[in-house]
Order: sequence, then C-alpha cells, then structure tokens
Amino acid sequence: MARAFNSAVKSRRPLVPPALAGLLFLALLLALVEFAVRADIIPRLVVARPSDAIAGLVTLQNRADLRDGFLITFRMTAIAMVLELLVALPLGYFLFRRRDFALAYSGWLAALFAAPVFLLYPLFLVIFGRSEITLIIMGFLPGVIPLIIQVEQGFHGVSSTLINVGRSVGVTAWQNFWKIMIPAAAPSIFTGFRLALIYTLINIIAIEYLVDIGGLGRIVADRYFRFDISGTYTAITAVAAISILFNWLIGRLERWVRPT
Amino acid sequence: MNLARRVFWIKLLTILVLMGLWEGLSRSGLFYKGVLPSTWMVVQAIAGELADSGFYHDLGITLLETSVGFVAGAIIALLFALVLGTNAYIRKMIEPYIIAIGGTPKIIFLPILFLIFGLGIESKMAKAALSAFFPIVLSVTSGIVQIPPVLLRVGRGFDLSRWQMLTKIYLPAVTNSLLTGLQLGIAMAIIGVLSAEISYANAGLGYRLIRDADQFKISSVYAIIILIFTVSATINFAIIRLQQRLNRHERSREAADVVLVPVELKRDASTSALQS
Repeated sequence: MARAFNSAVKSRRPLVPPALAGLLFLALLLALVEFAVRADIIPRLVVARPSDAIAGLVTLQNRADLRDGFLITFRMTAIAMVLELLVALPLGYFLFRRRDFALAYSGWLAALFAAPVFLLYPLFLVIFGRSEITLIIMGFLPGVIPLIIQVEQGFHGVSSTLINVGRSVGVTAWQNFWKIMIPAAAPSIFTGFRLALIYTLINIIAIEYLVDIGGLGRIVADRYFRFDISGTYTAITAVAAISILFNWLIGRLERWVRPT
Repeated sequence: MNLARRVFWIKLLTILVLMGLWEGLSRSGLFYKGVLPSTWMVVQAIAGELADSGFYHDLGITLLETSVGFVAGAIIALLFALVLGTNAYIRKMIEPYIIAIGGTPKIIFLPILFLIFGLGIESKMAKAALSAFFPIVLSVTSGIVQIPPVLLRVGRGFDLSRWQMLTKIYLPAVTNSLLTGLQLGIAMAIIGVLSAEISYANAGLGYRLIRDADQFKISSVYAIIILIFTVSATINFAIIRLQQRLNRHERSREAADVVLVPVELKRDASTSALQS
C-alpha cells in the first residue's frame, strides 16, 4: 500500500514544468518592474524600462558595435588561454613529478587563487600602457593559477596501471607524456580549462570596464559614462547574455569531454 | 635532506630568486625610471603606508563595506539556499538563473548599483553582497541536496520541529559546504568592494590604490597591493583554520558517538526512523 502510494507520488508530474515556471516567473518579474517604472514608482533615472532595454539590443549594435566588442574580448581571451595552456601544462606536470616543489608551491598557488589579482592592473598599465598586452596579461594571471592546480591534480589521478603498461612496452618519456598522461588526465585538465576560461573572461571584461578599453566591458562603461540609462541596461543585458551563452557552451563541451 | 627541509629551502630560494630578479630588472634600465621601483623602495613605501593614519581610515572603510555587504549577501544567500535545497521544484525553476548570472562578470552590474544606491559606501556594500551571494547560495544549496536522506528520515522519525530540523540536521550536515561557500564569498566580497572603489569612490583601499597610480606613486601602489594581498590572505587563512577546527570537532563528536552509543542502538534508531 505504502509502496503504491510512493510510486503514485513519484509519478505525479507538476502542472507546469519547472523550466517553464522559471521563465514565467522571470517574465512576471520584468512585467512588475515595467509597471513600477511606467507608474513612476521607480524613477526612470535609476531603472530603465525592461522593454526599452530589450528593444535597445537592436540599436546597440549601431551605437556601440556589440559584434566588434565581442570579437575583441574573445580574441584577448583566446590569446590569454593559449598562453595559460603553454605555461600550465609543463608547470603542472613538473609539480606532479616533483613532490617537494608541489608541497612548496601549493599553498602559494591556493593563496594567489583567492587573492584579488586584478589589482595588479595599474602596474601593467604603467609598463604597457592602455593596450591589448595589459588586457592579455590581466586575463592570463587569474586564469593560469586554477589551470596549474587542476593539471597537477589530473596527473595525480592517472592510474599507475596505465603508466606501468606504457613502461612495459618501452615508451619514451615524451610518448608517456603525450600518449598516456595527457589523454588520461584530460577530464581534469578540461575542468581547469573551463575554470581558467571563466576567470580569464571575467577579468578581461572587468579591466575593459575599469580602463575603458577593449570590447564588451568598455561598451558598458561607455554607455554609463554617457548617462544613457536605457543604453547602460541594454549593454549590461547584452554582455550578461553573451557570457551566459559562453559559459553554457563551455559547460556543454565539458559534458562532452567528461561524460558522467 | 628530509622532505620538510627541502620544501623550506625551495620556498626560501624561490623568494630570493624572485627578489633578485625584481632588483635586477629595476636596476637594468629596461623600464622607465620609477616604473619598477627597487625592493628597498617598496619596503619603505610599506612602512610609510603603515605609519600613515589615512591608510587605516581607508582600510577601515574597505573592511566595513566588505563585512556589511558580506553579512547581508550571506544571509540572503542562506535563505535562498534553504528554499532551493529543500524544494526540488523551486530549485529546478530558479537555480539555472542563479548559475547563469553567477558566471557573469559582476563588475558590469556596477552602473546599476551606482544608480540605485548612489556613489557612497552603500553601493560598495551592495557590490560586496552581490559578489558574496552567488558562491554561498550555490555551495550551500548543493550541500543541502547532498544530505544523506537517512538523516532527514531520522529527523522526521523523531518528529523534530522545523527549527530542530534546521539546527540539528541541516546545519550540522552542511557545515563544510557552508564554510566553503563563506570562504569563497568573502574572497569575492573583497574583490567586489575593491573593484567598486577603483571604479568610483572617495575612500577605501581601492580608491587609495588608484589615486596613487594616477599620481604615479608606483612604490606606494606596490605597497598597497602587497598590504591588500596580506589582509585578504589573513581573512582567508582565518576561515580555513575555522573550517579545520570545526571538522576536527565534528570528527571527535562522531568518535564520541561511536564510543557512547552502542552500534546496535544506533542501527535500531535509524531503521525505525526509516520504517516510519
């Protein structure tokens, strides 16, 4: 009897699927804000009407060249990511092979991971000026740390059986690294890659916003400094949507590389 | 040489090599004068900052903004986590949005916070709350979802009230996720406040940093960055120690339970709860 009741409860489907309910909830929230702004309950100088912010997405392309902004940010992120991989793969492998160095540096890496590394940007601004090099370095620094940590952990997780099999068939150190270690540690390395990509993107957009150079971050700063309230909200919506899409794509890719 | 001694020497040599490199580069003439000050100048600048009452005023403002914002963000996050963790339908409804917004660069929301809360310390507190909210809510929600169902059944079996369920079952079971979330949250809150202060402020360490950078006082910039890193590392270290202490306490309590409660009795209690 109890089992029958439990299975009935389990099989009971909600009236509205949660994903749809979430969308309806979001729409209701936006409608409430729209009403509050139109009725002057919330001042228009503080919050833009959601309808204006969404409609502005079309005109934002003409006013601030969203596509160009995206391409600039994307290019900076891609260059920083390549540099991160070039540094983190050998360094992570080195830390995996040398336990003494791993023990010496792991605490420092963890502390740096939590530290506000973006504060270093005024120093790089002084050295390299308001240039793309500053953006790339500021994307590289916060991204490379989690990548090194994950690469090292990935190598630690490689089964000793695989390494022993490699040894028994006489693979060279180079073959061992590329044919055994890297493929076996790939899932963990990809987790590090995803983390690094998110940190790199966030920091590049942050510096673009603060220094008013580059791509997506600059567009938000530009609209705000012009006191274009509706344009600011539109730019924020656009940048948030792009980074959400970006994160979603990375998540999908990770699930493909690392099926659970 | 044993491992601990080797680790010590590696750390010491790394610090010496880095300082040597810095000193060498600063004297090499590769950079414009003042761009890369000598290590001694930076040490002097740190001493100068520590002797300046203005530094403590700015430090106080930053800590106030961070702590008020962090506490507000943490309370809101815990309430959200409690709802999301205990109600699967609402979790499926709202969590995707929290995850999506959590992955965006929060700095782009600064203009909205400036418009709503003004340019004073309130907007920095709001930024700290916003930055702290996401890691805490996600970590605690995941902690609640992962509570072994048997614990919840035991609680219900003993007819615990909602408050007792919260304090006796949920909170002890999510201590680790909560502390991990708080650790991430405080780091994010500090970063959030500093970025807001750099963007627009007239007090606080972020403001002090960008003011000195604009005035080309590079030694002071290095000094402030080193001091901010030290403050942030100290807070981080304190939370890690707290986490370790709680974990030890938890382990010793579990060990005491094992000694005090006969295994058969424990098994009986859990099975009777499962049956009810």
